[in-house]
Amino acid sequence: MQAIVRRLYRDRWGYAFIIPSFVLFAFFFLVPVIWGGYLSLLDYKVFDKQWIGIRNYVELFQNHLFWVALRNTALYTLAVVPLWLGKALIISALIFPFSKPIQTFFKAAFYLPHVTSAVIISMVWLWIFNPPFGLLNYLMDLVGLGPHAWLGDVRTALLSIVFMQVVMGGGSSIVLITAAMGSIPYHLYEAAYLDGATKAQAFFRVTVPLLRPTLLYLMVMGTISSFQVFTNIYLMTQGGPQFATTTLVYLIYDTAFKQFNFGLASAQAVVLFAIVFVLAVAQFKWLGQEVEY
Amino acid sequence: MSASSSSLGVPARVSTRALGARRFRPGDAVALSVVTLLAITSLMPLYWMVITAIQEPTLVVKLPPEWLPKNPSMANFAELLSRPLLGRWTLNSIVVAVTVTAAQLFVAALAGYAFAKKDFAGRNLLFWLYVGSMMIPGQVTLIPRYILMSKVGFINTYYGLILPSISAPFGVFLMKQFMQTLPGEIIDAGRIDGASEFGIFRLLVAPLAKPALAVLGIFTFVGEWNDFLWPLVITNSSEMRTLQVGLAMLQEEVPMAFGLLMAGATYAAIPITVVFLMFQRYFLKGLTVGALKG
Repeated sequence: MQAIVRRLYRDRWGYAFIIPSFVLFAFFFLVPVIWGGYLSLLDYKVFDKQWIGIRNYVELFQNHLFWVALRNTALYTLAVVPLWLGKALIISALIFPFSKPIQTFFKAAFYLPHVTSAVIISMVWLWIFNPPFGLLNYLMDLVGLGPHAWLGDVRTALLSIVFMQVVMGGGSSIVLITAAMGSIPYHLYEAAYLDGATKAQAFFRVTVPLLRPTLLYLMVMGTISSFQVFTNIYLMTQGGPQFATTTLVYLIYDTAFKQFNFGLASAQAVVLFAIVFVLAVAQFKWLGQEVEY
Repeated sequence: MSASSSSLGVPARVSTRALGARRFRPGDAVALSVVTLLAITSLMPLYWMVITAIQEPTLVVKLPPEWLPKNPSMANFAELLSRPLLGRWTLNSIVVAVTVTAAQLFVAALAGYAFAKKDFAGRNLLFWLYVGSMMIPGQVTLIPRYILMSKVGFINTYYGLILPSISAPFGVFLMKQFMQTLPGEIIDAGRIDGASEFGIFRLLVAPLAKPALAVLGIFTFVGEWNDFLWPLVITNSSEMRTLQVGLAMLQEEVPMAFGLLMAGATYAAIPITVVFLMFQRYFLKGLTVGALKG
């Protein structure tokens, strides 16, 4: 007992420095995470709550809308993440041979849309997509195509949001990819050229494999953030038309704060967490072998 | 592939760095035009936002659009600024973003210092908890946090807007990674000179951690300024909305007033663009801190 007290006293400054952070962390992370799991086992409406075991989960998996939301989120992620990465990789490859000031200029140009808030981006694109007056329909008109209700059509709504994200996104990935390109040792290229490699071969056989840790990191982060898309949906489509853009997080928001069914919404959040976790682990496992150079 | 091609991001056959400035090759022109075109596409929506905002309200829906408005007008901004709550929303956003940033820097620097330089029982377990929680999507904590806040009466208050964001574990992680690189001799020297434990932190460690504090501060400020979901659920009166949530409400209220809406979007984008241009090098370098090879 005395030994423990003495040890705690010896370490007192470590604890003192941690405490402000830890109190907040415990109160707003640890407790909510555990509590969120507990809430998912309750029938929790605004005024009454009752233990119902896994019935929220049963209801969830039998609910058609949940599967629609899951499909929409998966389609969105499958489209956005590879296109973001592809765009960032192409731009990085194109600007990397140039001098630092030129590189910085382009990095900044692509980064600016990335720091602009999702609310602003959504408002601007609502205006661009606007059926009679928006910029996109004007451009369509120029090439002889009629106006289209991009966000109002079940077939094009989700696609339009993907298009918007790809046009605006990729800025932070370019920064990371060019940084990683800079750390590839030059002698590897020398060796490749000595063996008669062409530029294209050098890119696909030297650059891309050595970028794998960076690309993997970006893929995992992109997947996690795409699975959480909310603000654009909230502002642009409210999940419509006919649930064509209802994503998981939009469904969670709707269940919790429109229908006030906290128990069911917590179960949805737990499932979201499980999916994101499994995806991240799978990506690291399949693609994460060590790269030595 | 000819030697004249400079694309694909691979170094040329001859190390151009050794030869000084590299020559401009025909392939460069192609590469530059492609990237320029992509950059224009990316920035076009923001340009379109600004020119709509400075257009005469009656000309906003005119087609073909005026790419360079002949008679720029501030009428949309005048109407925006005449809205009674705009000032309040702006104030709310500033209060939240500044307070969260300042508090998080202090709290995260203290904790990061302890994790990096202090030895105490349970340190590794605690740090593992912080890192592990970085993987958890925010929506998992959203509902419990909301209920927690309503139990203590913080719904629709600055406390409710500010407190949950201060504890973001990423800040502690970032500060710990940086503090680890500081030499321990400095701390020993301070102790020999008779400085108190907090004095060592304040006078020796914190000044040396400025680069990391700058990165964390900028990213926290931008993140808080742009945040939407939490302010949306935690506030329920118009007066307590942040600028982002207020703009979303404006969008719902007058969905066809494109000139006014674009003026609002431009207004909210200006501070963040200024921050970005001022601290550009931190954005273009800072993100790599702790991201890779960590």
